[in-house]
Amino acid sequence: MLKARQLSFHFAPKVPLLQDISLTLCAGQWLGLSGDSGAGKSTLGQLLAGYLAPQAGDVTLDGEALPKSGVQPVQWLPQSPELAVNPRWRVGKILREAWTPSDTQCQAFGVQAKWLSRFPQSLSGGELQRVCVLRALAPGVRFLVADEISTMLDPITQVELWQALKREAEQRQLGVLVISHDTALLERLCPQRLHLSEGQLKPW
Amino acid sequence: MLTIDQLSLQLPLYASWWKRDWATCLDEFSLTVFPGEVHAVVGASGAGKSLLAYAIMGLLPTPARLNGQLYYQGKPLNASRQRQLRGRELALIPQSLSALDPLVRTQRQVTWAAQRAGQPSAHAWHASQQALDHYQLDARAQQAYAHELSGGMARRVLTAMAHVSQAKLVIADEPSVGLDPHQRQRVLDALRELANQGKSVILITHHLRHALPIADRVTIMRDGKLVETAPACAFQDSGASLTNAYSQALWLALPDNAFATTAISRREQEAHVA
Repeated sequence: MLKARQLSFHFAPKVPLLQDISLTLCAGQWLGLSGDSGAGKSTLGQLLAGYLAPQAGDVTLDGEALPKSGVQPVQWLPQSPELAVNPRWRVGKILREAWTPSDTQCQAFGVQAKWLSRFPQSLSGGELQRVCVLRALAPGVRFLVADEISTMLDPITQVELWQALKREAEQRQLGVLVISHDTALLERLCPQRLHLSEGQLKPW
Repeated sequence: MLTIDQLSLQLPLYASWWKRDWATCLDEFSLTVFPGEVHAVVGASGAGKSLLAYAIMGLLPTPARLNGQLYYQGKPLNASRQRQLRGRELALIPQSLSALDPLVRTQRQVTWAAQRAGQPSAHAWHASQQALDHYQLDARAQQAYAHELSGGMARRVLTAMAHVSQAKLVIADEPSVGLDPHQRQRVLDALRELANQGKSVILITHHLRHALPIADRVTIMRDGKLVETAPACAFQDSGASLTNAYSQALWLALPDNAFATTAISRREQEAHVA
Protein backbone atom coordinates (compact mmCIF):
# COMPACT_ATOMS: atom_id res chain seq x y z
CA MET A 1 0.00 0.00 0.00
CA LEU A 2 1.38 3.38 -1.05
CA LYS A 3 0.52 6.02 1.46
CA ALA A 4 1.07 9.77 1.47
CA ARG A 5 0.53 11.47 4.80
CA GLN A 6 -0.15 15.21 5.07
CA LEU A 7 2.17 16.17 2.26
CA SER A 8 2.97 19.85 1.87
CA PHE A 9 5.09 21.14 -0.92
CA HIS A 10 6.15 24.48 -2.33
CA PHE A 11 8.69 25.51 -4.96
CA ALA A 12 8.92 29.11 -3.81
CA PRO A 13 8.59 29.94 -0.10
CA LYS A 14 5.23 31.50 0.80
CA VAL A 15 3.65 30.14 -2.39
CA PRO A 16 2.26 26.80 -1.22
CA LEU A 17 1.42 24.41 -4.04
CA LEU A 18 0.18 21.38 -2.10
CA GLN A 19 -1.13 21.56 1.44
CA ASP A 20 -1.76 18.67 3.83
CA ILE A 21 -2.48 16.12 1.15
CA SER A 22 -3.18 12.57 2.22
CA LEU A 23 -3.65 9.80 -0.29
CA THR A 24 -3.72 6.01 -0.23
CA LEU A 25 -3.19 3.80 -3.22
CA CYS A 26 -3.77 0.07 -2.70
CA ALA A 27 -2.43 -2.79 -4.77
CA GLY A 28 -4.62 -3.28 -7.83
CA GLN A 29 -6.40 0.04 -7.39
CA TRP A 30 -6.89 2.52 -10.25
CA LEU A 31 -7.13 6.07 -9.01
CA GLY A 32 -7.77 9.03 -11.29
CA LEU A 33 -6.40 12.52 -10.67
CA SER A 34 -7.57 15.57 -12.58
CA GLY A 35 -6.98 19.28 -12.16
CA ASP A 36 -6.23 22.47 -14.07
CA SER A 37 -2.81 23.21 -15.54
CA GLY A 38 -0.49 24.32 -12.78
CA ALA A 39 -2.60 22.80 -10.00
CA GLY A 40 0.27 20.53 -8.98
CA LYS A 41 -0.86 17.19 -10.39
CA SER A 42 2.55 16.29 -11.79
CA THR A 43 4.27 17.52 -8.63
CA LEU A 44 2.08 15.24 -6.53
CA GLY A 45 2.93 12.37 -8.87
CA GLN A 46 6.63 13.08 -8.51
CA LEU A 47 6.34 13.27 -4.74
CA LEU A 48 4.69 9.84 -4.66
CA ALA A 49 7.43 8.35 -6.83
CA GLY A 50 10.19 9.91 -4.76
CA TYR A 51 11.47 12.30 -7.42
CA LEU A 52 10.81 15.24 -5.10
CA ALA A 53 10.99 15.40 -1.33
CA PRO A 54 8.05 17.04 0.45
CA GLN A 55 8.69 19.88 2.90
CA ALA A 56 6.27 18.30 5.37
CA GLY A 57 4.67 14.87 5.60
CA ASP A 58 5.98 11.63 4.17
CA VAL A 59 5.40 8.96 1.55
CA THR A 60 5.54 5.36 2.71
CA LEU A 61 5.30 2.02 1.00
CA ASP A 62 3.89 -0.63 3.35
CA GLY A 63 4.88 1.56 6.27
CA GLU A 64 8.48 2.03 5.15
CA ALA A 65 10.16 4.89 3.35
CA LEU A 66 10.80 4.48 -0.39
CA PRO A 67 14.11 2.73 -1.16
CA LYS A 68 17.03 4.97 -2.04
CA SER A 69 18.59 2.83 -4.76
CA GLY A 70 17.82 0.04 -7.22
CA VAL A 71 14.73 -0.33 -9.38
CA GLN A 72 12.07 1.75 -7.66
CA PRO A 73 8.82 -0.02 -6.74
CA VAL A 74 6.93 3.20 -7.56
CA GLN A 75 7.53 4.24 -11.16
CA TRP A 76 6.69 7.65 -12.57
CA LEU A 77 5.78 7.76 -16.25
CA PRO A 78 6.26 11.32 -17.48
CA GLN A 79 4.27 13.17 -20.08
CA SER A 80 7.13 13.69 -22.52
CA PRO A 81 9.03 10.47 -23.19
CA GLU A 82 11.71 12.29 -25.22
CA LEU A 83 13.00 13.81 -22.01
CA ALA A 84 12.97 10.48 -20.18
CA VAL A 85 15.38 8.62 -22.45
CA ASN A 86 19.07 8.94 -23.19
CA PRO A 87 19.35 10.27 -26.76
CA ARG A 88 22.68 8.49 -27.22
CA TRP A 89 21.26 5.04 -26.46
CA ARG A 90 19.51 2.86 -28.97
CA VAL A 91 15.90 1.99 -28.14
CA GLY A 92 16.82 -1.63 -27.38
CA LYS A 93 19.23 -0.55 -24.66
CA ILE A 94 16.71 1.91 -23.26
CA LEU A 95 14.03 -0.76 -23.09
CA ARG A 96 16.27 -3.27 -21.33
CA GLU A 97 17.66 -0.81 -18.82
CA ALA A 98 15.94 -2.42 -15.83
CA TRP A 99 14.67 -5.73 -17.18
CA THR A 100 14.17 -7.68 -20.40
CA PRO A 101 10.56 -7.92 -21.51
CA SER A 102 9.50 -11.00 -23.45
CA ASP A 103 8.34 -10.87 -27.05
CA THR A 104 4.70 -11.36 -26.06
CA GLN A 105 4.93 -8.42 -23.67
CA CYS A 106 6.48 -6.31 -26.43
CA GLN A 107 3.65 -7.31 -28.68
CA ALA A 108 0.99 -6.53 -26.09
CA PHE A 109 2.31 -2.98 -25.81
CA GLY A 110 2.79 -2.63 -29.55
CA VAL A 111 6.56 -2.29 -29.35
CA GLN A 112 7.96 -3.44 -32.68
CA ALA A 113 11.25 -5.29 -32.96
CA LYS A 114 12.50 -3.02 -35.75
CA TRP A 115 12.51 -0.02 -33.40
CA LEU A 116 15.08 -1.58 -31.11
CA SER A 117 18.05 -0.78 -33.31
CA ARG A 118 17.00 2.84 -33.82
CA PHE A 119 17.73 5.94 -31.80
CA PRO A 120 14.89 7.59 -29.86
CA GLN A 121 14.86 10.65 -32.16
CA SER A 122 13.64 8.52 -35.04
CA LEU A 123 10.59 7.25 -33.15
CA SER A 124 7.48 9.35 -32.81
CA GLY A 125 6.33 10.50 -29.39
CA GLY A 126 3.62 7.87 -29.19
CA GLU A 127 5.95 5.05 -30.17
CA LEU A 128 8.51 6.16 -27.64
CA GLN A 129 5.84 6.45 -24.96
CA ARG A 130 4.97 2.77 -25.40
CA VAL A 131 8.63 1.86 -25.01
CA CYS A 132 8.80 3.92 -21.82
CA VAL A 133 5.68 2.31 -20.36
CA LEU A 134 7.03 -1.17 -21.02
CA ARG A 135 10.41 -0.20 -19.57
CA ALA A 136 8.74 0.85 -16.31
CA LEU A 137 7.09 -2.56 -15.77
CA ALA A 138 10.13 -4.31 -14.29
CA PRO A 139 9.31 -7.25 -11.98
CA GLY A 140 9.87 -5.34 -8.73
CA VAL A 141 7.52 -2.52 -9.66
CA ARG A 142 4.27 -2.34 -7.70
CA PHE A 143 2.86 1.13 -8.33
CA LEU A 144 2.71 3.33 -11.40
CA VAL A 145 2.11 7.06 -11.65
CA ALA A 146 0.94 7.63 -15.22
CA ASP A 147 1.25 11.36 -15.84
CA GLU A 148 -0.71 12.22 -19.00
CA ILE A 149 0.87 9.29 -20.79
CA SER A 150 -1.74 9.00 -23.52
CA THR A 151 -2.13 12.69 -24.38
CA MET A 152 -0.04 12.40 -27.51
CA LEU A 153 -1.52 9.12 -28.70
CA ASP A 154 -4.29 8.66 -31.21
CA PRO A 155 -7.50 7.08 -29.86
CA ILE A 156 -6.77 3.57 -31.12
CA THR A 157 -3.24 3.45 -29.76
CA GLN A 158 -4.55 4.98 -26.56
CA VAL A 159 -7.09 2.22 -26.10
CA GLU A 160 -4.51 -0.44 -26.86
CA LEU A 161 -2.01 1.02 -24.41
CA TRP A 162 -4.54 1.24 -21.60
CA GLN A 163 -5.90 -2.24 -22.28
CA ALA A 164 -2.39 -3.69 -22.21
CA LEU A 165 -1.63 -1.81 -19.02
CA LYS A 166 -4.92 -2.91 -17.49
CA ARG A 167 -4.19 -6.58 -18.21
CA GLU A 168 -0.68 -6.29 -16.80
CA ALA A 169 -1.92 -4.43 -13.73
CA GLU A 170 -4.61 -7.03 -13.06
CA GLN A 171 -2.16 -9.90 -13.34
CA ARG A 172 0.39 -8.34 -11.03
CA GLN A 173 -1.96 -6.32 -8.83
CA LEU A 174 -0.30 -3.05 -9.72
CA GLY A 175 -1.73 0.12 -8.22
CA VAL A 176 -2.03 2.87 -10.81
CA LEU A 177 -2.49 6.61 -10.37
CA VAL A 178 -3.75 8.07 -13.64
CA ILE A 179 -3.17 11.80 -14.05
CA SER A 180 -5.08 13.35 -16.94
CA HIS A 181 -7.03 16.33 -18.19
CA ASP A 182 -9.35 14.06 -20.07
CA THR A 183 -12.34 13.49 -17.80
CA ALA A 184 -13.93 11.02 -20.21
CA LEU A 185 -10.79 8.90 -20.05
CA LEU A 186 -10.66 8.99 -16.24
CA GLU A 187 -14.31 7.99 -16.00
CA ARG A 188 -13.56 4.99 -18.18
CA LEU A 189 -10.46 3.84 -16.39
CA CYS A 190 -10.80 4.68 -12.74
CA PRO A 191 -13.62 3.82 -10.34
CA GLN A 192 -12.22 6.34 -7.84
CA ARG A 193 -11.33 9.83 -8.98
CA LEU A 194 -9.90 12.87 -7.26
CA HIS A 195 -9.74 16.49 -8.37
CA LEU A 196 -6.83 18.68 -7.32
CA SER A 197 -7.44 22.38 -7.01
CA GLU A 198 -5.87 25.05 -4.85
CA GLY A 199 -3.66 22.52 -3.16
CA GLN A 200 -6.54 20.33 -1.95
CA LEU A 201 -7.92 16.98 -3.11
CA LYS A 202 -11.63 16.44 -3.61
CA PRO A 203 -13.36 13.28 -4.81
CA TRP A 204 -15.68 13.48 -7.84
CA MET B 1 -6.99 27.65 -52.32
CA LEU B 2 -4.46 24.89 -51.83
CA THR B 3 -4.31 21.65 -53.73
CA ILE B 4 -1.93 18.86 -52.90
CA ASP B 5 -1.61 16.37 -55.70
CA GLN B 6 -0.04 12.94 -55.15
CA LEU B 7 2.60 14.18 -52.77
CA SER B 8 5.24 11.65 -51.71
CA LEU B 9 8.01 12.33 -49.26
CA GLN B 10 10.98 10.22 -48.23
CA LEU B 11 13.47 10.94 -45.50
CA PRO B 12 16.85 9.25 -44.99
CA LEU B 13 17.21 6.85 -42.11
CA TYR B 14 20.57 5.67 -40.89
CA ALA B 15 20.56 2.06 -39.71
CA SER B 16 24.25 2.37 -38.95
CA TRP B 17 26.86 5.01 -39.77
CA TRP B 18 27.32 4.01 -43.38
CA LYS B 19 23.99 2.46 -44.22
CA ARG B 20 21.27 4.77 -45.48
CA ASP B 21 17.67 3.69 -45.98
CA TRP B 22 14.75 5.78 -47.09
CA ALA B 23 11.66 5.98 -44.91
CA THR B 24 8.47 6.85 -46.77
CA CYS B 25 6.70 9.51 -44.73
CA LEU B 26 4.04 10.66 -47.17
CA ASP B 27 2.69 8.33 -49.80
CA GLU B 28 0.76 9.83 -52.71
CA PHE B 29 -1.14 12.18 -50.47
CA SER B 30 -3.78 14.39 -52.06
CA LEU B 31 -5.83 17.10 -50.42
CA THR B 32 -7.77 20.19 -51.43
CA VAL B 33 -8.48 23.06 -49.06
CA PHE B 34 -11.10 25.69 -49.90
CA PRO B 35 -11.30 29.27 -48.69
CA GLY B 36 -13.36 29.75 -45.55
CA GLU B 37 -13.03 26.23 -44.26
CA VAL B 38 -11.28 24.58 -41.38
CA HIS B 39 -9.84 21.37 -42.69
CA ALA B 40 -8.72 19.05 -39.92
CA VAL B 41 -5.97 16.54 -40.61
CA VAL B 42 -6.17 13.82 -37.99
CA GLY B 43 -3.85 10.87 -37.63
CA ALA B 44 -1.86 8.73 -35.26
CA SER B 45 1.52 9.85 -34.04
CA GLY B 46 4.05 9.16 -36.77
CA ALA B 47 1.48 9.44 -39.56
CA GLY B 48 3.39 12.33 -41.14
CA LYS B 49 1.04 15.16 -40.18
CA SER B 50 3.74 17.64 -39.21
CA LEU B 51 5.83 16.73 -42.25
CA LEU B 52 2.84 17.61 -44.39
CA ALA B 53 2.85 21.09 -42.84
CA TYR B 54 6.58 21.47 -43.45
CA ALA B 55 6.19 20.28 -47.03
CA ILE B 56 3.56 22.94 -47.70
CA MET B 57 5.71 25.64 -46.13
CA GLY B 58 8.91 24.41 -47.79
CA LEU B 59 10.66 23.83 -44.49
CA LEU B 60 11.76 20.24 -44.97
CA PRO B 61 15.34 19.27 -44.16
CA THR B 62 17.59 19.29 -47.24
CA PRO B 63 18.09 15.55 -47.77
CA ALA B 64 14.33 14.98 -48.10
CA ARG B 65 13.07 13.55 -51.39
CA LEU B 66 9.80 15.11 -52.47
CA ASN B 67 7.59 14.04 -55.38
CA GLY B 68 4.24 15.32 -56.53
CA GLN B 69 2.76 18.76 -56.97
CA LEU B 70 1.48 21.55 -54.77
CA TYR B 71 -0.79 24.25 -56.15
CA TYR B 72 -1.60 27.48 -54.35
CA GLN B 73 -4.39 29.58 -55.88
CA GLY B 74 -4.12 27.63 -59.09
CA LYS B 75 -0.39 28.11 -59.61
CA PRO B 76 2.32 25.60 -58.77
CA LEU B 77 3.87 26.19 -55.39
CA ASN B 78 7.60 25.64 -55.86
CA ALA B 79 10.53 26.40 -53.57
CA SER B 80 11.02 30.00 -54.63
CA ARG B 81 7.33 30.79 -54.40
CA GLN B 82 7.20 29.16 -50.99
CA ARG B 83 10.06 31.38 -49.83
CA GLN B 84 8.23 34.39 -51.16
CA LEU B 85 4.84 33.54 -49.64
CA ARG B 86 5.60 32.06 -46.25
CA GLY B 87 5.12 34.49 -43.42
CA ARG B 88 2.99 36.55 -45.78
CA GLU B 89 0.26 34.47 -47.38
CA LEU B 90 1.14 31.15 -45.79
CA ALA B 91 1.45 31.02 -42.03
CA LEU B 92 2.42 28.14 -39.80
CA ILE B 93 1.56 27.90 -36.14
CA PRO B 94 4.29 25.45 -35.19
CA GLN B 95 3.91 22.63 -32.71
CA SER B 96 7.08 23.44 -30.85
CA LEU B 97 7.06 26.44 -28.56
CA SER B 98 10.77 26.87 -29.19
CA ALA B 99 9.76 28.58 -32.44
CA LEU B 100 9.55 31.84 -30.49
CA ASP B 101 12.68 34.00 -30.43
CA PRO B 102 14.00 33.75 -26.86
CA LEU B 103 15.70 37.15 -26.93
CA VAL B 104 12.75 39.29 -27.93
CA ARG B 105 9.72 40.48 -26.02
CA THR B 106 6.32 39.24 -27.14
CA GLN B 107 5.08 42.47 -28.66
CA ARG B 108 8.18 43.04 -30.77
CA GLN B 109 7.97 39.49 -32.01
CA VAL B 110 4.38 39.92 -33.16
CA THR B 111 5.25 43.30 -34.71
CA TRP B 112 7.94 41.61 -36.76
CA ALA B 113 5.37 39.18 -38.09
CA ALA B 114 3.20 42.12 -39.13
CA GLN B 115 6.12 43.90 -40.79
CA ARG B 116 7.06 40.80 -42.70
CA ALA B 117 3.57 40.87 -44.18
CA GLY B 118 4.38 44.29 -45.61
CA GLN B 119 2.80 46.66 -43.10
CA PRO B 120 4.68 49.90 -42.35
CA SER B 121 6.26 49.81 -38.90
CA ALA B 122 3.94 52.30 -37.17
CA HIS B 123 0.94 50.41 -38.39
CA ALA B 124 2.53 47.07 -37.57
CA TRP B 125 2.95 48.07 -33.93
CA HIS B 126 -0.68 49.02 -33.76
CA ALA B 127 -1.78 45.81 -35.47
CA SER B 128 0.26 43.66 -33.12
CA GLN B 129 -1.27 45.49 -30.15
CA GLN B 130 -4.72 44.72 -31.48
CA ALA B 131 -3.92 41.08 -32.12
CA LEU B 132 -2.47 40.61 -28.66
CA ASP B 133 -5.52 42.21 -27.09
CA HIS B 134 -7.70 40.02 -29.24
CA TYR B 135 -6.05 36.89 -27.83
CA GLN B 136 -6.34 38.32 -24.32
CA LEU B 137 -2.66 38.62 -23.62
CA ASP B 138 -2.32 41.29 -20.96
CA ALA B 139 0.33 44.01 -20.66
CA ARG B 140 2.57 41.73 -18.63
CA ALA B 141 2.51 38.99 -21.25
CA GLN B 142 3.16 41.55 -23.99
CA GLN B 143 6.35 42.64 -22.30
CA ALA B 144 7.47 39.11 -21.42
CA TYR B 145 10.19 37.01 -22.99
CA ALA B 146 9.30 33.61 -24.40
CA HIS B 147 10.52 31.67 -21.37
CA GLU B 148 8.28 33.71 -19.07
CA LEU B 149 5.12 32.69 -20.90
CA SER B 150 3.06 29.67 -19.96
CA GLY B 151 2.44 27.04 -22.64
CA GLY B 152 -1.03 28.37 -23.31
CA MET B 153 0.16 31.97 -23.59
CA ALA B 154 2.97 31.01 -25.97
CA ARG B 155 0.47 29.20 -28.18
CA ARG B 156 -1.70 32.28 -28.26
CA VAL B 157 1.32 34.43 -29.17
CA LEU B 158 2.07 32.10 -32.08
CA THR B 159 -1.57 32.29 -33.15
CA ALA B 160 -1.48 36.09 -32.88
CA MET B 161 1.59 36.10 -35.17
CA ALA B 162 -0.28 34.08 -37.77
CA HIS B 163 -3.24 36.43 -37.33
CA VAL B 164 -1.35 39.70 -37.95
CA SER B 165 0.47 38.32 -40.94
CA GLN B 166 -2.95 38.33 -42.62
CA ALA B 167 -2.12 35.02 -44.19
CA LYS B 168 -4.73 33.49 -46.45
CA LEU B 169 -3.73 29.98 -45.46
CA VAL B 170 -3.00 29.18 -41.84
CA ILE B 171 -1.58 25.81 -40.86
CA ALA B 172 -1.96 25.08 -37.15
CA ASP B 173 0.15 22.16 -36.01
CA GLU B 174 -1.23 20.65 -32.79
CA PRO B 175 -2.38 24.00 -31.39
CA SER B 176 -4.33 22.43 -28.54
CA VAL B 177 -1.68 20.20 -27.00
CA GLY B 178 -0.93 20.84 -23.34
CA LEU B 179 -3.66 23.40 -22.81
CA ASP B 180 -6.40 23.13 -20.24
CA PRO B 181 -9.94 22.94 -21.67
CA HIS B 182 -10.64 26.64 -21.24
CA GLN B 183 -7.52 27.84 -23.06
CA ARG B 184 -7.89 25.15 -25.68
CA GLN B 185 -11.35 26.40 -26.52
CA ARG B 186 -10.02 29.92 -26.91
CA VAL B 187 -7.30 28.87 -29.36
CA LEU B 188 -9.65 26.70 -31.38
CA ASP B 189 -12.31 29.42 -31.51
CA ALA B 190 -9.67 31.80 -32.83
CA LEU B 191 -8.93 29.40 -35.69
CA ARG B 192 -12.62 29.06 -36.49
CA GLU B 193 -12.88 32.81 -36.62
CA LEU B 194 -10.01 33.04 -39.11
CA ALA B 195 -11.92 30.67 -41.36
CA ASN B 196 -15.09 32.72 -40.94
CA GLN B 197 -13.15 35.69 -42.31
CA GLY B 198 -12.64 33.73 -45.53
CA LYS B 199 -9.22 32.31 -44.81
CA SER B 200 -8.30 28.65 -45.05
CA VAL B 201 -7.18 26.82 -41.96
CA ILE B 202 -5.50 23.43 -41.88
CA LEU B 203 -5.80 22.09 -38.36
CA ILE B 204 -3.33 19.31 -37.71
CA THR B 205 -4.10 17.33 -34.59
CA HIS B 206 -4.39 13.83 -33.24
CA HIS B 207 -7.38 14.79 -31.10
CA LEU B 208 -10.40 13.99 -33.20
CA ARG B 209 -12.63 15.09 -30.35
CA HIS B 210 -11.12 18.60 -30.22
CA ALA B 211 -11.12 19.08 -33.98
CA LEU B 212 -14.73 18.09 -34.67
CA PRO B 213 -16.59 21.10 -33.25
CA ILE B 214 -14.72 23.63 -35.39
CA ALA B 215 -13.86 21.62 -38.51
CA ASP B 216 -15.82 21.56 -41.75
CA ARG B 217 -14.08 18.56 -43.19
CA VAL B 218 -11.83 15.98 -41.62
CA THR B 219 -9.07 14.05 -43.34
CA ILE B 220 -7.92 10.91 -41.60
CA MET B 221 -4.30 10.06 -42.22
CA ARG B 222 -2.41 6.90 -41.51
CA ASP B 223 1.22 6.04 -42.15
CA GLY B 224 1.53 8.87 -44.66
CA LYS B 225 -1.48 7.75 -46.65
CA LEU B 226 -4.86 9.34 -46.93
CA VAL B 227 -7.52 7.13 -45.40
CA GLU B 228 -10.64 9.18 -45.84
CA THR B 229 -11.87 12.74 -46.16
CA ALA B 230 -15.29 13.13 -44.59
CA PRO B 231 -17.47 16.03 -43.50
CA ALA B 232 -17.24 16.63 -39.76
CA CYS B 233 -20.91 15.73 -39.32
CA ALA B 234 -20.16 12.14 -40.36
CA PHE B 235 -18.55 11.60 -36.97
CA GLN B 236 -21.58 10.93 -34.82
CA ASP B 237 -23.35 8.01 -33.17
CA SER B 238 -21.78 4.83 -34.45
CA GLY B 239 -20.04 6.52 -37.36
CA ALA B 240 -22.06 4.49 -39.84
CA SER B 241 -21.64 6.99 -42.66
CA LEU B 242 -17.86 6.70 -42.55
CA THR B 243 -16.72 4.55 -45.42
CA ASN B 244 -13.40 3.40 -44.05
CA ALA B 245 -13.03 0.84 -41.27
CA TYR B 246 -10.02 2.61 -39.81
CA SER B 247 -11.76 5.95 -39.41
CA GLN B 248 -14.70 4.16 -37.83
CA ALA B 249 -12.40 2.41 -35.40
CA LEU B 250 -10.74 5.73 -34.59
CA TRP B 251 -14.09 7.28 -33.83
CA LEU B 252 -15.31 4.37 -31.70
CA ALA B 253 -12.08 4.20 -29.70
CA LEU B 254 -12.70 7.58 -28.08
CA PRO B 255 -13.18 7.32 -24.31
CA ASP B 256 -16.68 8.77 -24.45
CA ASN B 257 -17.71 6.35 -27.20
CA ALA B 258 -17.08 2.61 -26.91
CA PHE B 259 -13.43 2.97 -25.74
CA ALA B 260 -12.69 -0.32 -27.40
CA THR B 261 -10.73 -1.44 -30.38
CA THR B 262 -12.94 -3.26 -32.78
CA ALA B 263 -11.63 -6.57 -34.00
CA ILE B 264 -10.30 -5.04 -37.20
CA SER B 265 -7.77 -2.75 -35.70
CA ARG B 266 -5.11 -5.13 -34.42
CA ARG B 267 -5.40 -7.70 -37.15
CA GLU B 268 -5.59 -5.11 -39.87
CA GLN B 269 -2.71 -3.23 -38.39
CA GLU B 270 -0.49 -6.27 -38.63
CA ALA B 271 -1.55 -6.88 -42.19
CA HIS B 272 -0.89 -3.24 -42.83
CA VAL B 273 2.65 -3.43 -41.47
CA ALA B 274 3.40 -6.59 -43.40
